[in-house]
Amino acid sequence: MTDKVKVRIDGEVIAATAGQTILEAARANGKYIPALCYMEGLSAVGACRLCMVQVSGVARLLPACTTPVQEGLAVDTMSPQLHDYRKIALELLFSERNHTCAVCVSSGHCELQALAQEHGVTYVRYPYNYPRLEVDTTHPRYVLDHNRCILCSRCVRTCAEIEGAHVWNMAGRGIHTMLVSELQRPWGEATSCTSCGKCVQACPTGAMAEKGWGAEEMTKQRTVVSRLNSMRGEGM
Amino acid sequence: MDKVKIGTCWLDGCSGCHMSLLDIDEGIVAVLGKADIVFGPLVDAQEWPEGVDVALIEGAVSSQDDLKLAQTARERSKIVVALGDCAVTGNVPSMRNGIPTRKLLERVYVEGSNQGAGVPTDGVPALLKHATPLHEAIAVDVHVPGCPPKPGAILFVLGELLEGREPDLGSKLRFG
Repeated sequence: MTDKVKVRIDGEVIAATAGQTILEAARANGKYIPALCYMEGLSAVGACRLCMVQVSGVARLLPACTTPVQEGLAVDTMSPQLHDYRKIALELLFSERNHTCAVCVSSGHCELQALAQEHGVTYVRYPYNYPRLEVDTTHPRYVLDHNRCILCSRCVRTCAEIEGAHVWNMAGRGIHTMLVSELQRPWGEATSCTSCGKCVQACPTGAMAEKGWGAEEMTKQRTVVSRLNSMRGEGM
Repeated sequence: MDKVKIGTCWLDGCSGCHMSLLDIDEGIVAVLGKADIVFGPLVDAQEWPEGVDVALIEGAVSSQDDLKLAQTARERSKIVVALGDCAVTGNVPSMRNGIPTRKLLERVYVEGSNQGAGVPTDGVPALLKHATPLHEAIAVDVHVPGCPPKPGAILFVLGELLEGREPDLGSKLRFG
């Protein structure tokens, strides 16, 4: 039988499983802690700082997604102070690159946009950075728009841990960090990419998207029909 | 009691927020029962008047003229509302901000034109280095994002302001 530990989340005592993180224990018990870089099924990296919680007796805030539960742990997940810090984290994400919801493929389905709305971010207090960033359209089926990337690394972990291809990596440091495919090859030239598209599905924003839906983008593979027919030995 | 005075203007925007304002349908009757629109594209006034209570400003601050109008509206209005994503975030107009203004103008008026007239200088205001959100140019009291904000959100905000309350968009808050 798995070991149970008692933890207190926002005053309520819950039975968590030893080895679980605070975020996992909270979610398993129907408690909501916002997060962006966390994705069930992937390793946790604590990159987005949205799941920061106040652990009783610890002076600094800790990310719920990487902090394991311990017997007797008491956590505050939704104080006004945490709410303010999460707003700051969201606003800094918006200020760092060029997030233009009005022209984004993911508007209305974007986790960053949804979290901003949920946290009452009505505007960004910090000056925008307006970096000049590339859009990688070299892959035949997918597109990567660095303007919309928040460096959560969900694509990196999905490719490495689920697909086992490890096409994606982070290059550079600090504000200059960029998502790169292979050794900074364009995505379309990344020979290790299996074109499975799981990174696209894991991306919380519109940074990764499927091609073929915009004006003039849809290329049809008409030879498929004829080839299948000839493979069946008909029309030979 | 005197009617509340509303002024509206659009800076670097597409007028979509003003369309959404018109789209409050019969809600406009209730608004105009309590307020007059004293300036804006919908009325004839040539200059932003003194003593405006609520300024609804659409669009990013992108040119010298935008900046001047925003500053005048601020000086002469009690409450300034940034209406829509362009005023709140810079939105589409700010997508030019990674490109130096000179290069941008040459790309459009020289490389992109076969008329050979060059970059216009007469009768057009000089572009600012960046198209910025309104709050980077003037103090803003209320932010109403959306591209455009839904008519319901605009009507809600106007209703709250006319009742003397600070609007909290809550679930009506929406970008894009």
